[in-house]
Amino acid sequence: MTFRTPRIAPSEITPPEVFFNRRTLLAGALAAGASSLLPAAETAPSGAKLQYTRNAQYSVSEAPNKYEEITGYNNYYEFGTDKEDPKANSGSFRPTPWSVAVGGEAGVKGTFTLEDILKPHPLEERIYRFRCVEAWSMVIPWVGFPLSALIERFKPTAKAKYVEFTTLYDPHRMPGQRERVLAWPYVEGLRMDEAMHPLALMVVGLYGQTLPNQDGAPLRLIVPWKYGFKSIKAIVKINFTEKQPNTTWNLSAPQEYGFYANVNPQVDHPRWSQATERHIGAAFLAARRPTLPFNGYAEQVAGLYKGMDLRRYY
Amino acid sequence: MNVEQRYRRLYKPLVFLASLAPLAWLLCGAFGWFGAGLGADPVKKLEHEFGKTALNFLLLTLLVTPVRNLAGLPHLLRLRRMLGLFAFFYVVLHFTVYLVLDLELNFGTLFADIAKRPYITIGFAGLLLLIPLAVTSTNRMMRRLGRRWQKLHRLIYVIAALGVWHFYWQVKRDVREPLIYVGIVAVLLGYRWVRARAKATSSSGSATVPERT
Repeated sequence: MTFRTPRIAPSEITPPEVFFNRRTLLAGALAAGASSLLPAAETAPSGAKLQYTRNAQYSVSEAPNKYEEITGYNNYYEFGTDKEDPKANSGSFRPTPWSVAVGGEAGVKGTFTLEDILKPHPLEERIYRFRCVEAWSMVIPWVGFPLSALIERFKPTAKAKYVEFTTLYDPHRMPGQRERVLAWPYVEGLRMDEAMHPLALMVVGLYGQTLPNQDGAPLRLIVPWKYGFKSIKAIVKINFTEKQPNTTWNLSAPQEYGFYANVNPQVDHPRWSQATERHIGAAFLAARRPTLPFNGYAEQVAGLYKGMDLRRYY
Repeated sequence: MNVEQRYRRLYKPLVFLASLAPLAWLLCGAFGWFGAGLGADPVKKLEHEFGKTALNFLLLTLLVTPVRNLAGLPHLLRLRRMLGLFAFFYVVLHFTVYLVLDLELNFGTLFADIAKRPYITIGFAGLLLLIPLAVTSTNRMMRRLGRRWQKLHRLIYVIAALGVWHFYWQVKRDVREPLIYVGIVAVLLGYRWVRARAKATSSSGSATVPERT
């Protein structure tokens, strides 16, 4: 597929903070004459505005989902197993201060503050498709920087064949971790060539603002051609390994969730079909769409898997 | 009012209205009335809520006999048919949402799902088995079938087991809630099994060795 300039540029969409506060803004305008000390609205997304450029080359042409869909319908078991739980239970989570430990087969190792991690990287906005293994999908305007640029700074050695990511483990701050529904902490990983692919994105923002807690603040991965569970959230550890990492969903049900987890309409989940998906927020009776190989990114990434049996390495 | 009248004029209409409450609440959600909503994925929400409501009614139907026996409320039986029919009603709504709103009437996918996905096969079997029970729920059918009616309606045990199994198998990872349902069904069916055993041993008299308990 080719990437066209979006029909609706994100900049043309009402910014969420304006949209969600339209009544307050209206009330504010009306009340402006009476009082210029109107308190700031509190329903606005709490994110800070980010400086970024738009990367049209890596953006799809579909219109993005609404902010409230992307932040109100999440699989993030660290904050509960229902889709509404992460939003409801992550309000008091503080993603600052934050640090990331880098280790394994790398020349540069150590613990880095989030500021250290982000500093050299100019941010860009990319509108990616997002396909969950549960057969629903969204289109999301992420803000971030290429994972490859980050990895290069750590100078992985020749032995580094894989990169492993770990989510924060802190049951006090992440109440979902008090239940052992998964083997905490959450671990995900990529083969080195997958991680170095220009589409693999380290994400710090959504809709031009810092990432909301329920979407993986302050730092998450997005691998748009893989099922959503590969795109690990709230990363505190990056480890370069020679062996394929043991990843959380793969450990929990190996026959259902593979290490690769590339979006593939031809390889069904044992309990449901992956041939089609339902697009969240689509019109009545127009939500079910065919799923595309590699989630529509086949042209860019299929080469990574040349000669591999994708039925076996699902 | 005597007991019969109380059931006919008061309890039955009240239970009927209460049984419509889940539907009313989901309709409010669908149309955004009274501040209700169905979230970012209304189709899945409707599908799951109708399914769970159907299961709840199946369990309520199965609860009638134990409560009737244990609490000494013989007239409770008068509510059972209605509860069973509401279970069928919500199962049909659950299936309709799945076929129309989720699959968007893609019959190819429907048949593939039924053939290939065990949890859907099981759920569909439960739906099919409920049909003869709903059809034979009238007084006339009860009279016509006589003793066979009760035999036929024991299918409800199989259907309840299929229902919770269907729920358990479709959950991705967090099986805590389905396990609660499994536990309740186990108790409700276990109660009947124990009663049936007790009856069998007492009616066979002293010819058999008494059961150790």
